[in-house]
Amino acid sequence: MFSQSHPEHYVPIFLFLLVAVGFGAVSLTVGKLIRPKNPYKDKNAPYECGVPPINDARERFSVRYYVIAMLFLVFDVEVVFLYPWAVDFDRLGLFGLVEMMIFIFILLVGYVYAWKKEALEWD
Amino acid sequence: MLNDLASAVIVIVAVLFVLLTTVAYLTYLERKVLGFMQDRLGPMEVGPWGLLQPLADGIKLISKEDIIPSDADKAIFRIAPVISLVPAIISFAVIPFGRDSFHFLGITTHPYITDINIGILYVLALSSVGAYGILLGGWASNSKYSLLGALRSAAQVISYELNAGMSVIGVLILAGSLSLVKIEAAQSGGFWHWYIFPQIVAFVIYLISGIAETNRTPFDLPEAESELVAGFFTEYSGMRFSLYYLAEYANMIMVSSIATILFLGGWNSPFAFLDFVPPFVWFMLKVYFFLFFFFWIRATLPRLRYDQLMKFGWKVMLPLSFANVIVTAIVVYMVRH
Repeated sequence: MFSQSHPEHYVPIFLFLLVAVGFGAVSLTVGKLIRPKNPYKDKNAPYECGVPPINDARERFSVRYYVIAMLFLVFDVEVVFLYPWAVDFDRLGLFGLVEMMIFIFILLVGYVYAWKKEALEWD
Repeated sequence: MLNDLASAVIVIVAVLFVLLTTVAYLTYLERKVLGFMQDRLGPMEVGPWGLLQPLADGIKLISKEDIIPSDADKAIFRIAPVISLVPAIISFAVIPFGRDSFHFLGITTHPYITDINIGILYVLALSSVGAYGILLGGWASNSKYSLLGALRSAAQVISYELNAGMSVIGVLILAGSLSLVKIEAAQSGGFWHWYIFPQIVAFVIYLISGIAETNRTPFDLPEAESELVAGFFTEYSGMRFSLYYLAEYANMIMVSSIATILFLGGWNSPFAFLDFVPPFVWFMLKVYFFLFFFFWIRATLPRLRYDQLMKFGWKVMLPLSFANVIVTAIVVYMVRH
């Protein structure tokens, strides 16, 4: 039932990775040989509609992004737990089904809590 | 082992060539399709019917000056487009384009680079890595537009990736495998075996999430030109800009391929009497259908507001995908016992 792990199946992926990185490096290097290079102060200023930039760009930003990241982490880990169950659905049978329904129910309680706490609001 | 390696090299070269050509001509196709939908002709100047336009664009982009903002984080700024592009390319390693092995220079080759038993997980993992390229690029630019675009993009990508990941679970229950080759094989024997019918809800969720994950209209808020100039790649120019562009289009092809494999039977033909058409052609037809669909959506729908986008993802799509998993699991259990 359990399929064997085949580490040698990952060798082509590693090769492909090398080729992809090589493609990026080569296209940038070739570009370097033919493109002009003429930087000066005004050209290198960050774009701000033609006005001299005010302050540093790395200011504070909305905490909402952080909340979304936290929620994502929780739910994504849950999804990772659901995958092996889905693949072995038949073998785990009724026990697995009931177990997972309880698991999803607990997850839903957390989801309803986040909803009521207005963590999903965006204004 | 040596034969395996040689066959992998052959397929890698073929996949890379087809991928890059397709990406180049997708930019042309998109402009043509949008043009015709708006009662224009699209690009017509370079070559017959503008067919050499992608080549002209490529030459232009590679010979443009590479401007690096003075306040930027130079090392990260330089490497970020590559971080975005590499995962977009190497996720194609597990995509099976056809059914039959073929011979090339006396070497037996498969229509995929490799068949790992966690195929779909590998694809989902790499699609998250791509978000780092966007986030790092936007941060390193040290421009307000770039930073806002990058933050929006990251939040949007992770929100909709959750839905995409959830919608896949129904298919996994039906197919009983994570390998894309096995999922395709499980849907053979006519179009009524395709998972789009039992998993129609998951299909719609996956398609919407796919459009959102690739930052396409109507979810293109990270690069909303009317408010954020160009979003996270505002400060990029020349070749680095085009690497981001390549990554975006490669991701579009990736989402189309996955939708094809999971829901439309991949290389399977819809009817037995159409089996004489090579599986590879069926695969391509379905992928191009989805790509056309992307362009069509872009020509039709206006952009959402950011709060609408997040609300839709977390309050509509997420409960729907939960419900889909629960219903699928219970129904499949009752049918099989």
